[in-house]
Amino acid sequence: MNKVISIEEAVNMIHDGMTIMIGGFLGCRNPFRLIDAMIEKGVKDITLIANDTAFPDIGIGKLIVNKRIKKLIASHIGTNKETGNQMNAGELEVELVPQGTLAERIRAAGAGLGGILTPTGLGTVVQEGKTIINVDGKDYLLEKPLRADIALIVGAVVDKKGNIRYKKATRNFNPLMATAADIVIVEADKIVEVGEIDPDDVMTPGLFVDYIVGGKE
Amino acid sequence: MDKNMEKEFIAKRVAKELKDGDVVNLGIGLPTLVANYVPEGVEIMLQSENGFVGMGPAPKEGEEDPYLVNAGGQYITINPGGAFFDSADSFLIIRGGHVDVTVLGALEVDEKGNLANWMVPGKMVPGMGGAMDLVTGAKKVIVAMTHTAKGSHKILKECKLPLTAVKCVDMIITEMGVMEVTEEGIVLKEIAPEVTVEEIQAATGAELIIPDDLKVMEV
Repeated sequence: MNKVISIEEAVNMIHDGMTIMIGGFLGCRNPFRLIDAMIEKGVKDITLIANDTAFPDIGIGKLIVNKRIKKLIASHIGTNKETGNQMNAGELEVELVPQGTLAERIRAAGAGLGGILTPTGLGTVVQEGKTIINVDGKDYLLEKPLRADIALIVGAVVDKKGNIRYKKATRNFNPLMATAADIVIVEADKIVEVGEIDPDDVMTPGLFVDYIVGGKE
Repeated sequence: MDKNMEKEFIAKRVAKELKDGDVVNLGIGLPTLVANYVPEGVEIMLQSENGFVGMGPAPKEGEEDPYLVNAGGQYITINPGGAFFDSADSFLIIRGGHVDVTVLGALEVDEKGNLANWMVPGKMVPGMGGAMDLVTGAKKVIVAMTHTAKGSHKILKECKLPLTAVKCVDMIITEMGVMEVTEEGIVLKEIAPEVTVEEIQAATGAELIIPDDLKVMEV
């Protein structure tokens, strides 16, 4: 099965109104080329699941500035003023989720779990509308799984079966998102032949990855 | 003391709380300075929410690595012996009690140990990021901040702003003193030189418990 496709073929799978997860942490790094292509194609009304909205001129930040997002589920929006502006103007619905809870909600979806129980958020606004479950005398919040139609992630080195090796701090949400979407597209810095990544070094097994774009061209 | 000297004084005192082998998470701003004053013979490992331990200093100009930033998005380095992981593991470390100490600032903290440091309704709504998980999961939570905000109280009987977490703060360190949050209330353990008990009490919105063995704060 050939998983390597063009950016154009990838973006043709992304439609208005979809729920999309995008990997990265404050733009370190986002799938920059896929994001630029989404903006160029005019994709809109997206529900975006991501850690943050980066900076106005970087990665995910551009999707916000270009008003392509209808609803945002994220842990932090403080580095992109435009996100706050659109939220305050009522143009963008924002659900703020503690970062660890966001990670586990995505992981739960990928792992086939019905949710997770966390003490984070108890006694705060995060608790509002949620079920509290007591386990052995300790309270936890029930937080539900988060799935997406498409996950757009990044990998430093990706072989043609989709096995991924991340580099340094760019792993973040990518391995989790790779498990929790119907279609998973990885934007690779470098695409290599099968066998060039030692199985010991694979961080996300290729079975999670549907398509690969990018590579040094 | 001017503002910078105050911050340095607070950071130096916080650093004395760190023990050899501690895994430590430092918040943005004043808490970051703590890394500069770790006592000799004490080796700590700094944890960064975005997915690594062993965080080092900022890189030299021209040596920035686009794959390596801290949780504030600034270029950073990693020391030998460090390790990278994903966000689920990062918060497993944080929430699961594997971080020994977290140091962070506060907008308000109260005598029950409740903390407010993530939003001001209608003004500042940046999102909680990893703060709620950190103060819920770290073994010891130290609030490091200036004692008042231009004279108005930050240490209160009860927080007014939306909370980051309930009953989570263990210790408060300011330029005026070192305080411990206990079941009975806030105990003043140490007082800064040239500050009187009356002065620190007047600068505090909750009643301080003054023990017989009140010490002078040394850095």
